[in-house]
Amino acid sequence: MGLALQMTGVIASIIDGVLVGAVYGLAAMGLTLIWGVMNVINLTHGAMIMLGMFALYFLTSALGLPPYGAVPVTITAGFVFGVLVYWIAVHRVIGRAHLMSLLSTFAMNMVLIGISTALFSTSPYNVPVPLPGVTWREYTFTGTHIMAAMLALLLAGLLYLLLYRTRIGKAIRAVADNRDAAELNGIPTTQVLSFAFGLGVALACVSGTLIATLFPFTVLSGGAYELKSFVVTVLGGLGNPAGALIGGVALGLIEGVTASFMPLNWTPIIEFVLFVVALILFPRGIFAFARA
Amino acid sequence: MTAHESFSGAAEAAAPRSEERDGLLAIILRHPFAWLIALLGLVFAILPVWGDNVQLRESLLLAAVYVTLASNLNIVLGYAGYVNFGNIVFFGLGGYVCVYLVSEWQWPLGVAALIAGILVSLLALIFGLGILRLRGAFFALATIGVNEAVKAFVANFEPWGGAAGIYLSLDVYEPLGGPGQALWIVYFLIVAVMTASLFLSYAIKRSKFGLGLLAIGENEDAAAVLGVHTPRYKALAYSASAFLPAIVGGLYFFKTGTIEPGGAFDLTRSIEAIVMVMLGGIGSVTGAALGAFLYEELRGVLLTTEAFSHFQLVIAGLLLLGIVLFAPGGLMGFVYRRWPRARRLLQ
Amino acid sequence: MTIKKLVLIAAAALLTASPALAADDMLTIGFTVSRTGKLNNDSIAQMRGFELWRDELNDQGGIKVGGKQYKVNFVSYDDESVNARVQQLYTRIINQDKAQFLFSPYSSGLVATAAIVSEQYGRIMLTTGAAEEKTYKLGNKNLFQVYSPADLYLAGAIEAVKELNPKSQVALVYKDDPFSKAVLQSARKQVSEAGLTTVLDEAYSPETTDFGPAINKIISAKADVLLGGGHYPDGATLARQLYDHKARLKWVTLLVAPDSPNFATLGEAAISISVPSQWEPQVSFKPDFGPTAAEFTQRFQAKYGIEPGYHAAGGYAAGLLLQRAIEQAGSPEQAKVAGVLNSMDVTTMFGRTKFSTNPKEHGLQMGHEMVIAQWQRKGGNVVKEVIWPKAAKSSDVVY
Repeated sequence: MGLALQMTGVIASIIDGVLVGAVYGLAAMGLTLIWGVMNVINLTHGAMIMLGMFALYFLTSALGLPPYGAVPVTITAGFVFGVLVYWIAVHRVIGRAHLMSLLSTFAMNMVLIGISTALFSTSPYNVPVPLPGVTWREYTFTGTHIMAAMLALLLAGLLYLLLYRTRIGKAIRAVADNRDAAELNGIPTTQVLSFAFGLGVALACVSGTLIATLFPFTVLSGGAYELKSFVVTVLGGLGNPAGALIGGVALGLIEGVTASFMPLNWTPIIEFVLFVVALILFPRGIFAFARA
Repeated sequence: MTAHESFSGAAEAAAPRSEERDGLLAIILRHPFAWLIALLGLVFAILPVWGDNVQLRESLLLAAVYVTLASNLNIVLGYAGYVNFGNIVFFGLGGYVCVYLVSEWQWPLGVAALIAGILVSLLALIFGLGILRLRGAFFALATIGVNEAVKAFVANFEPWGGAAGIYLSLDVYEPLGGPGQALWIVYFLIVAVMTASLFLSYAIKRSKFGLGLLAIGENEDAAAVLGVHTPRYKALAYSASAFLPAIVGGLYFFKTGTIEPGGAFDLTRSIEAIVMVMLGGIGSVTGAALGAFLYEELRGVLLTTEAFSHFQLVIAGLLLLGIVLFAPGGLMGFVYRRWPRARRLLQ
Repeated sequence: MTIKKLVLIAAAALLTASPALAADDMLTIGFTVSRTGKLNNDSIAQMRGFELWRDELNDQGGIKVGGKQYKVNFVSYDDESVNARVQQLYTRIINQDKAQFLFSPYSSGLVATAAIVSEQYGRIMLTTGAAEEKTYKLGNKNLFQVYSPADLYLAGAIEAVKELNPKSQVALVYKDDPFSKAVLQSARKQVSEAGLTTVLDEAYSPETTDFGPAINKIISAKADVLLGGGHYPDGATLARQLYDHKARLKWVTLLVAPDSPNFATLGEAAISISVPSQWEPQVSFKPDFGPTAAEFTQRFQAKYGIEPGYHAAGGYAAGLLLQRAIEQAGSPEQAKVAGVLNSMDVTTMFGRTKFSTNPKEHGLQMGHEMVIAQWQRKGGNVVKEVIWPKAAKSSDVVY
């Protein structure tokens, strides 16, 4: 009796983890896209996720939008903002030493978090989203978890369509493959790069919005999800959006499993050890798919 | 201006001297910069004593800690060009080892701090061998991963107090003559460590080892082809850059009286160390000290000015952004361009 | 000319003479507040307690001691709920702002850090908002704790649970921080001494925002009683998610969070959740000095528009106690005031206060007792009632 309950409990946690993992995957896709296309690690990723979270809060409280109505708004705003950040912080350092782009995006990150702290302080915010859940035996899967996972998969699907069925998508893939060749072929690479960056940021922002429907957050919350995005990106392979989604689900699964079998506060340790080990052993990603 | 241009001059100056035996004593006697470092240490030591000015001592103490962090970071970041985002892990671990030894085993402070330094640099050697084969961004991310993994581990490690950390009992100050006197003693020790850090980074820069690191920083593959044993050099540099920050961490947290994972492995502090190095001029010993000092003063002002305390990060970020985009050589880069002769005196 | 001289002399005489028109001396008290950060909710409540006391005192002219009147001046900074800032700011408050007395920040973790600084420089600090005992066992001389210590926090809840159902299955899920750990360490022993079964015993990281996994574990363990939590943000989230996940627990006692008036915003999720409380507006102590609980509640409500919780009451009490000590000492000198505090045994609106003088645990609070409050539905509203101990209760338990 006890064991059966235990097992269903484990399965419940795993399913919960997978649901959240889909959102992790969405976030990581933004990071990996930028990395793959222009070889820049976007260290503003965490701040962008955080801004997406706050966007939900303000859109629902100030403008009275229904929570999921904020999603398209965040995508658009995130995209525009991303293009802006590209031109401010990234454009000048694209060709240069890696250190420079790391530091410039990081500096941008500090500015964003600093301004946000001045505006919102580090106090916790919460957006209650009343959605009926799905109950299975004793366990309930909250409606918000299910909705977030579905939206994440939907957006991932849309991204796939964009990259593989549109001209701009083709241009992005061409620039990712070989920028000079693309330039020679008449593709305006700088504009494509800024588009790709905007896209990556939009993904980060909208994943923040989805996360905000699940948990409370503060100005500093972005950092934790940024680190998860790094773990996922490494697991899934840099520059590989499909891998990122799978990696996200995998991470969610791992979190669900460790939470069930180990004391709750071991989960972060496992994550980071995994991260470092994965980096050392599989710098190309565990799945090492051919580049999309 | 690339990051390495700021100290390529130093490489030139070092080249003809590289045949000499670079013993520490010889260096001190022959090079005026060494005297400057010693003078700085003396100034730090004497100034607060003069007016019995405790508040000044407190702010100079923080400045000295940051100068230590920045100048040691310079060894890996400035010379070898490896971005150690997680450099604060040495500081935190050193703090924990020292505080633990003092608190649980009642060891005297000096011994505990020294052991902390040795243990942490050994650990750094081991970690380093693992992650130093990664290049560029991968290495940077791995250092973050190491820091976060250590933080998460320590937060669960009961003998070290777990998430609550360790609180020192007030009688640890007795062997040092009571809290008042202990605070002064710790301050002098920290100033000594700071001075040692500056000497160390200077000595490395003038040595053959340093030349190897600089070569790695310029072009690692070329350096390897030319006979520089890159894995060994990188590991040694990483380990050396851990020693003094670990000691200063031990001293700092002893003085604070308490240590907990969030404050010990604070990634923001880690990044601030990078900002300081960049601000002062990457690869420059004077630069690291200058950058650390200026940044710390700025922070101190922002800490209590109610209106600006939130802007600390913004200003730091804008500063860093400006430096990276427009002046990657930092302050010393500017100085060296304006007054090329300064390069011979200042390092 | 002569008139001018006369006026000048008269003015000089007036200014230098007349002790009756004593110039207002100032007493500076320093502390930090978590205006921002995770602890802001309760820390600001505590600060309001301080400020109410100071404003009332200054309106009356200040503390009357040794022929002088001392008005109270606060020096306070935002510690952002962060230890490093507490350390730096208290150092500054002592050395630069030259505060004569100190109040503590809010929360055991921050107070422990502040206590080290105050002891390093030998200043009296009244701690409020902090229940962890270890801080007082490190060999201090000048700390004085206003709150009841941590090991009593869940004792009442455990007694109540035992009475309701001696076969209860208890889950202990709590925040991994100094305060909560200290409380649960004692609670663990008390649960087994009461003969109840512990089916789950785990700490969650202070960074946790998703209690889903924890709640699933609670359900798997078939617990019907939950004791734990931490501070406001995690407690409130845990309560909300317990409701969303339909955990079906019979008794839930969470630390700190449910005592805040803001907890009512959780609506249905708040019902039947109980909290160990240092003080509730309904208590009926007869104070030796200062206002009664009802008077305090009324004044607080008039000034701030909401009912005070125990954080605010603790802050106010700290002020009252310090004031009393200075008055009885006859001077604001550290040693004399400390002497009075050490021998104090008084009752205020907060309850009885007596500090331990045993050097191994100096300053630990010995006289104060805790109550349990529970959120119940009364007449369409969600209100907080006192349910334990039986002697102090204002309503029956909702089980």
